[in-house]
Amino acid sequence: MFLTADEVKKIAHLARLGVNDQDIDGYAKDLSGMLNLMTQMGDLNTDGINPMAHPMDQAQRLRADVVTECDNREKFQAIAPQVEAGLYLVPKVIE
Amino acid sequence: MHTKTIAELAKGLRSGEFSSLELTQSFLNRIKQHPQLNCYITVTEEPALQAAKAADARLAQGNAELLTGIPIAQKDIFCTEGVKTTCGSKMLDNFIAPYNAATVEKFNKAGAVMLGKLNMDEFAMGSSNETSYYGAVKNPWDMTKVPGGSSGGSAAAVAARLTVCATGTDTGGSIRQPAALCGITGLKPTYGRVSRYGMIAYASSLDQGGPMARSAEDAAIMLQTMAGFDEKDSTSVDLPVPDYRQELNNRIEGLKIGLPKEFFSEGLNSDMASIIETAVDEYRKLGAQIIEISMPNLKLAIPAYYVIAPAECSANLSRFDGVRFGYRCENPVDLTDLYTRSRGEGFGKEVKRRILMGTYALSAGYYDAYYIKAQKVRRLISEDFKNALSRVDVIMGPVTPTTAFGIGEKIDNPIEMYLSDFYTIAINLAGVPAMSIPAGFAQGKPVGLQIIGNYFAEDRLLNIAHQYQQVTDWHLQIPKGFE
Repeated sequence: MFLTADEVKKIAHLARLGVNDQDIDGYAKDLSGMLNLMTQMGDLNTDGINPMAHPMDQAQRLRADVVTECDNREKFQAIAPQVEAGLYLVPKVIE
Repeated sequence: MHTKTIAELAKGLRSGEFSSLELTQSFLNRIKQHPQLNCYITVTEEPALQAAKAADARLAQGNAELLTGIPIAQKDIFCTEGVKTTCGSKMLDNFIAPYNAATVEKFNKAGAVMLGKLNMDEFAMGSSNETSYYGAVKNPWDMTKVPGGSSGGSAAAVAARLTVCATGTDTGGSIRQPAALCGITGLKPTYGRVSRYGMIAYASSLDQGGPMARSAEDAAIMLQTMAGFDEKDSTSVDLPVPDYRQELNNRIEGLKIGLPKEFFSEGLNSDMASIIETAVDEYRKLGAQIIEISMPNLKLAIPAYYVIAPAECSANLSRFDGVRFGYRCENPVDLTDLYTRSRGEGFGKEVKRRILMGTYALSAGYYDAYYIKAQKVRRLISEDFKNALSRVDVIMGPVTPTTAFGIGEKIDNPIEMYLSDFYTIAINLAGVPAMSIPAGFAQGKPVGLQIIGNYFAEDRLLNIAHQYQQVTDWHLQIPKGFE
């Protein structure tokens, strides 16, 4: 096993992802299986190879710094879980 | 009406044989008659009838396009303004998209009539359509089998003639694998050919939308509408779009087909191998030359993909936090609880598995060992394709190692499910276009032939597929009960 249950809990916390206690061992087993698959990559020498992030090796396109979007606040907030006075509401952060 | 191609339907609409309203109504009736397939998450009956009436008016005025009045269905990964867009997830069960995806907008503009939104694996993560919050889709050729995934609803709906054509998206095979398992024609275009604007992101450097249809000709008509530069997609490629239909009838004598020996090794079921060989023979009869090639790094495509795709997914899916849209848990005690429980309750098991994997691969201390290593392997895989495609015009092989597997057969064994994507995944890593076309049946279930081409050679792929469909009739077969 590559990953222990505690490590899975730590990763889940990093991802802010709720995982049921009874599922932790299953994820540890599955992720360990995936990591085992990945060890195959270690057999290939990749020294000096440039990592590939984009199939076309394109640079990010630039555009003129002008406003293109109109104000969609009402439209977007209409589908939000909780809003008030144009603001998204979350539980109190600062006491 | 439901067995006709897009071109035939366009003709019928113009000759007055039937109206778009009649055509649309007949498909809506078929959808109601076959709920057991579970293809549709949402049927947009009223808007469809309105769109059909508008299309009839446009046809009468004489300013119609080829797709005007033709029923289509959208994979539920494409945002549709005012219509529920779920991505197959509980997380977006309440999400009414506030805008249209570029692809949806283009089909609307062309006058195509949207019948509804199609079922899919949750956030496009799956190869069987079993990870959908809305339940598994069934394969119309055998109701005990999966239709493939993630565009399983799209493939099953086209195969069962519950729509004329459908959109799909392909991150690791999600158009080609369900197309193969359901006996239809599917095309994953070159990365950057079709706009990703409004297409809910899974792995942004791999995702690509494409057509799923009954024939190469129908796929060509769809791609004509879908392809092209979009400034709203920062990785869209600004290149002219050829006239795909015009290229369909080109002769293919002298075509050089490469068969990678890695595609025909022990993993391939013998029935599948012999069907692929017969299809390749058909091309030989059409004047093609067959060349054996080798792509030594293909075997590392699955490990590289299962680092890169989860890494990108863990970043992309961080936007689902219960704050601005989508699912929010009940009575969160604090902000961390809000994030953690909304995501924990809103996402299904496979999505969680991939978020965890991606988070791990990107975390401090593991980034170089997994993520950078996988990106280097990706470069070598893509060079394998470049080298091969400098010697041959196209690469052919299977799409899947077996025909459709049973519902429930692999869902509890994710690694086995991942390994079944061996033939499709490397194509996304390289970014080249590829198609799946029907090439025969094994024990009554469809088998797909994969055709892989060079960057932006969709016209060539469609031409090669179309020529095969002129001399075979696999693509015309209809599953029993859906004639």
